Amino acid sequence: MYKIVKAEKLADKIYLMDVVAPRVATHCEPGEFVIVKMDEKGERVPLTICNFDREKGTITIVFQTIGASTTRMAELKEGDSFMDIVGPLGNPSEFVHEDLEVLKKKKMLFVGGGVGAAPVLPQVKWLHEHGIDVDVIIGAKNKEMLILEDEFKAVSGNYYPCTDDGSYGWNGMVTTKIEDLVSQGIKYDECVAIGPMIMMKFCCLLTKKLEIPTIVSMNPIMVDGTGMCGACRLHVGDEIKFACVDGPEFDGHLINFDEAMKRQAIYKTEEGRKMLELQEGDTHHGGCGVCGGDK
Amino acid sequence: MADVLKRIPVREQEPKVRATNFEEVSYGYNKEEAMEEATRCINCKNAKCIGGCPVSINIPGFIEAVKNGDFEKAYEVIGESSSLPAVCGRVCPQETQCEERCIRGLKGDPVSIGKLERFVADYALENNVMPKKAEKLNGKKVAVIGAGPAGLSCAGDLAKLGYDVTVFEALHKLGGVLVYGIPEFRLPKDKVVAKEIEKVKELGVKFETDVVIGKSTTIDQLIDDEGFQAVFIGSGAGLPMFMGIPGETANGVFSANEFLTRSNLMKAFDESYDTPIKRGKKVAVVGGGNVAMDAARTALRLGAEVHIVYRRSEEELPARVEEVHHAKEEGIIFNLLTNPTEILVDDKGNVTGMKVIKMELGEPDASGRRRPVAIPGSEFEIECDTVIMSLGTSPNPLIASTTKNLDTNKWKCIVAEEDNGQTSKAGVFAGGDAVTGAATVILAMGAGRAGAKGIDEYLADK
Repeated sequence: MYKIVKAEKLADKIYLMDVVAPRVATHCEPGEFVIVKMDEKGERVPLTICNFDREKGTITIVFQTIGASTTRMAELKEGDSFMDIVGPLGNPSEFVHEDLEVLKKKKMLFVGGGVGAAPVLPQVKWLHEHGIDVDVIIGAKNKEMLILEDEFKAVSGNYYPCTDDGSYGWNGMVTTKIEDLVSQGIKYDECVAIGPMIMMKFCCLLTKKLEIPTIVSMNPIMVDGTGMCGACRLHVGDEIKFACVDGPEFDGHLINFDEAMKRQAIYKTEEGRKMLELQEGDTHHGGCGVCGGDK
Repeated sequence: MADVLKRIPVREQEPKVRATNFEEVSYGYNKEEAMEEATRCINCKNAKCIGGCPVSINIPGFIEAVKNGDFEKAYEVIGESSSLPAVCGRVCPQETQCEERCIRGLKGDPVSIGKLERFVADYALENNVMPKKAEKLNGKKVAVIGAGPAGLSCAGDLAKLGYDVTVFEALHKLGGVLVYGIPEFRLPKDKVVAKEIEKVKELGVKFETDVVIGKSTTIDQLIDDEGFQAVFIGSGAGLPMFMGIPGETANGVFSANEFLTRSNLMKAFDESYDTPIKRGKKVAVVGGGNVAMDAARTALRLGAEVHIVYRRSEEELPARVEEVHHAKEEGIIFNLLTNPTEILVDDKGNVTGMKVIKMELGEPDASGRRRPVAIPGSEFEIECDTVIMSLGTSPNPLIASTTKNLDTNKWKCIVAEEDNGQTSKAGVFAGGDAVTGAATVILAMGAGRAGAKGIDEYLADK
């Protein structure tokens, strides 16, 4: 069992938890992820590690409620436990193994969107701790949905919050902020974009035009996360890669986002039915198309 | 009086009934049936069956005890060689191992060794007969990677010799392929697998789940930081293979590993679990091995019409005869000498069918099997909404890439001696699918036993 030592609601449907998982906390690096399973009947949910404390043996996870399992996870409180947390999985971000002197000469831009801001944080923090300050753009629907602002302010070079409705910071999508910065004459050597698939797609279309190499972190459907099931396969250029063992970070300009988005929707109907069951609880009497009810 | 040339038949669920549920297909023998079948064993002096068993069970010895109605003794005899008899009695390919060498088989049916083993093991599970523990512990720490058949048998053997064994498992449940791969209707999880693993725990073996060796920690760290004196790698098979044809990333194309893991490990067939699974209406399973049969029969039970698409003929099907027989009885349709060339996809990215081509058998290839050759112009389409690729696996690179001085071969399998599991790294042993590539449960168990022997020899004077 993996004990929750802190549980906090960051925004509508977005939750943060610190969990005791010593083996993961000892070995994880920015860019890697874990799989959590809340109880016997829960799904294995892949989540990027948002922060870690090697001494306390804790990791921080941030998740958005999407399906039945994440909705049930949101109800967990401080003192409760996850039945399973396995990791770290995937590969660390490339810069972790890069020469620091080379890194220091690079001008880097990080872009996070929605709950995707969470996996950006440990990367920016790692670079900050190694004496490298980077520019950070974080996008959200509105002011209320913007997460981890204080944390980003503490470790970013320049921090640019953006809201789709203009209720806070830059008025518009993250892509328009990238264009704005570049038009001011800033030359970025590298961009890291993490967020909803659609955001990463448009970031990559833009940075390709601007000739800025771009890394994205893919979050496809997974089951085991250790290279067994093959559910997370995706095209990177002409090659088929497994996000869990080959990624999760890839060259964004080589990703087929349209295919990846279609694959992400594969269980939409099934998940919708599970949600219906969950919401209706004991009053559920069919209609989901699965349980054998007569409606 | 029964015909001594014929084996006592085993009772099974009716094909039409079982095609709609996940209950076990075979009921197994009862006491009377088992004792009667046991009388058919003529207790050969030079028993050839033992040589056909990868873990060398004293087969005439345990059957003799069954004949006498001493089932605890029978369990003890099997326990000398096998840690998982209830599993092996169900999933071993006995027809090509022990039973193939049975003298009875020269004229008539061989003794039903597998069904007898299952009976004895089930008796022990039901009556709480415990395996014999080590009399003295030697305090030497051994780590076993993977709680599948290889790891469990290695751990069980070492514990019986008095070692302090910890098994590290990557998944959240113990059993490896026994829980994620083989379906409930062939191998019940709670009734058989979990209980049999409980017996390995009884021997003193410790288990830690959710540990991915190579990520959560490494072999070198287990040895240097956690004080393990030897390590056995039984990490199993790895990444699923695909054909490399157009359409394979479409929605509705699954690896057999994913489809089976969702149903078996994650219990998607049980509505009370959160796991979603695609219940296809018409499913094509590509491949002809045991895993393909398992995937096909699972899809059938989830309500689909199921086709097995295999490029060779029935004779070459790598699956066990019993599995093919059961699959046919349940209504699986076999499209033999047929090979997919493309998966057809609609504009939403969903599978709508599969383009296939007719094959004929040509000259034998390196494996000795006749090579299938496409017949030009014979393409046709199979309509389906789900395709399950069951083409085998390639090794997982995680352990080899994070362990210093551990050699792999050109197929990326870990190199290990067959008789003792020794790898290129001192104190590190390996066996099972991680070494051989995908094979059977019992071969992995045999390799686990060999590894235990190798570790015992290695640590004898340490």
